[in-house]
Amino acid sequence: MIPTGVWDWQFAAAILPQLLAATGYSILATLLSFVAALLLGLPLAIGRDAASPALRAATGSFVELVRCTPILIQVYLLYFVLPAAGIVLPALAVGVLALSVHYATYVSEAYRAGIASVSRSQRDAAAALGLARRTIFLRIVLPQAIPPIVPVLGNHLIALFKETPLLSAIAIVELLQTAKLIGSETFRYNEPITIVGIIFLVLSLTAAALSRRAERYANRWLPAARAAGQGTPRVTGTLPARDGGMKR
Amino acid sequence: MTARIAAVSALLALTIAVPLGLCRISVRPAIRAAAGIYIEFFRGTSLVVQLFWLYFVLPQLGVRLDAISAAIIGISLNYGAYGAEVVRGAISSVPAGQVHAAQSLGLSRGMVLRHVIMPQAMTVFVRPWGNLMIQLLKATSLVSLITIADLTYRAYQLHQLTMKTLPIFGMVLAMYFVMAQVIALATSFADRRFGQWRVRSAAA
Repeated sequence: MIPTGVWDWQFAAAILPQLLAATGYSILATLLSFVAALLLGLPLAIGRDAASPALRAATGSFVELVRCTPILIQVYLLYFVLPAAGIVLPALAVGVLALSVHYATYVSEAYRAGIASVSRSQRDAAAALGLARRTIFLRIVLPQAIPPIVPVLGNHLIALFKETPLLSAIAIVELLQTAKLIGSETFRYNEPITIVGIIFLVLSLTAAALSRRAERYANRWLPAARAAGQGTPRVTGTLPARDGGMKR
Repeated sequence: MTARIAAVSALLALTIAVPLGLCRISVRPAIRAAAGIYIEFFRGTSLVVQLFWLYFVLPQLGVRLDAISAAIIGISLNYGAYGAEVVRGAISSVPAGQVHAAQSLGLSRGMVLRHVIMPQAMTVFVRPWGNLMIQLLKATSLVSLITIADLTYRAYQLHQLTMKTLPIFGMVLAMYFVMAQVIALATSFADRRFGQWRVRSAAA
C-alpha cells in the first residue's frame, strides 16, 4: 500500500495495531523502571540522611552526579561498559537499569522532602505519648509524609514515561523505534510519528489525571487544612473539620 | 555545539515562557485556555518525539528545517512550556495583598506588574529556572539522535572508533557535570543578586 497525501487515514489505521503493541512495551519499560526507582530511591534517601558523614557524602555526590548528567549518556555508558566488564544483559534490562538509577535519585529527593515536611513537634508529641520509634514512623510520620510525595512521584512517573523514547538509541524496539522502522520501510514519517506523539499525549494526560486522584486518596489521612494544599499544618485552638478540605 | 544549542534554546525558551506564563494567568478565559493547551501539549508529548516530528515529518509537509534549527526549535518550544509554569508559579507566589495594596495606591496595571509583582516574583523565579536550565542542558544530548554532532554524538562516534568505552563516556559525563555546575553557580549568584528584593518582614 502506498500512502498518499499529507495524511493517509488508511495507512494510519494499518500501522495503528503495530504502534499500540509497541506502546505496551514502552509502558512495560516505564513501570519496571518506576518500581525499581521507588525501591532504589529508599536506600539513597536513607544514605543521604545517614549518621555517618562518609556515607552522606558518598550518596550525596552520587545523586548529584547522576542528576546533573544526561540520561542518554548514562544509557550508553551502561550499554557499552557492562559487556566490557563481562556482564551481558538484554537491552531492555540495561534500559530499565539506567532509567531506574536515574529516577531513583529524583525519587530519593522526593522521599527526603516528604519526611522532612512532617513537623518536628509531631514526632515530639508522639514520643511524649510514649509511642515506640517504629510506631511513630509508621503511624505518625509516614501517613503525613506520603501526601506531599504523591504528586511529585506522579510527575516523575510521567517524566520517566516520556524518557523511554531514548531507549531507541540502544536498539530497544519501543514506541518511537517502531515508528522509525515503519518510517524507514515506507518512507512515510507523517503518520507514524504523529500517532506516537498523540499516544504520548493521551497517556501522559491520563497519568496526570490518575496522579491527581492518587493525591486526593493519599490526602485522606490529613487534617483538612493540609488537604486543601495550604502548606504545613498549623497547631490551632480547634481541630479543622475533617471533610472541609476535599472540595477543590 | 552542545553549549551553543543549550544557550540559544535557553534564551528562546525564556522569551516563550514569560509571555506564555503571563497568558496562563490572564483575566481572559480564552487566553488562559489557549496557553494551557499549548503547555499541556508540549509537556505531554515526549521531547524526543517532538524532535523527530520536526525533523522527519515537517519536510514532508513542505517545511524543510536543517537539523540544528529543528533541535533548537524543538527544545525551546518544549522548555518554553515548562518554563511558563515556572513563571506562573513565581507570579502567583506574590501575595494578593501586595497587588491590592498597589492598586489602591493608584498604580496602573503595567506599573503593578513591573514594580510590585516582578521584583518579588523574581526571587522565587531564579532557583526553579536554574534547575530547568540544567534539565535543558541534559536534554540537548537528545539532539544527537537527529544527527547533530553534539557532545553525545561525538562521544558515540569516538566510542565506535576506539572501543574505549569507559574513558570516553566517563569524560563526557564529567563535561556535562561541569557545565551543569556552571549553571548551578550562575543560579545561586543570580539568587543572591535578586535576593535583595526579598521582602524581609513577615509578609502576610
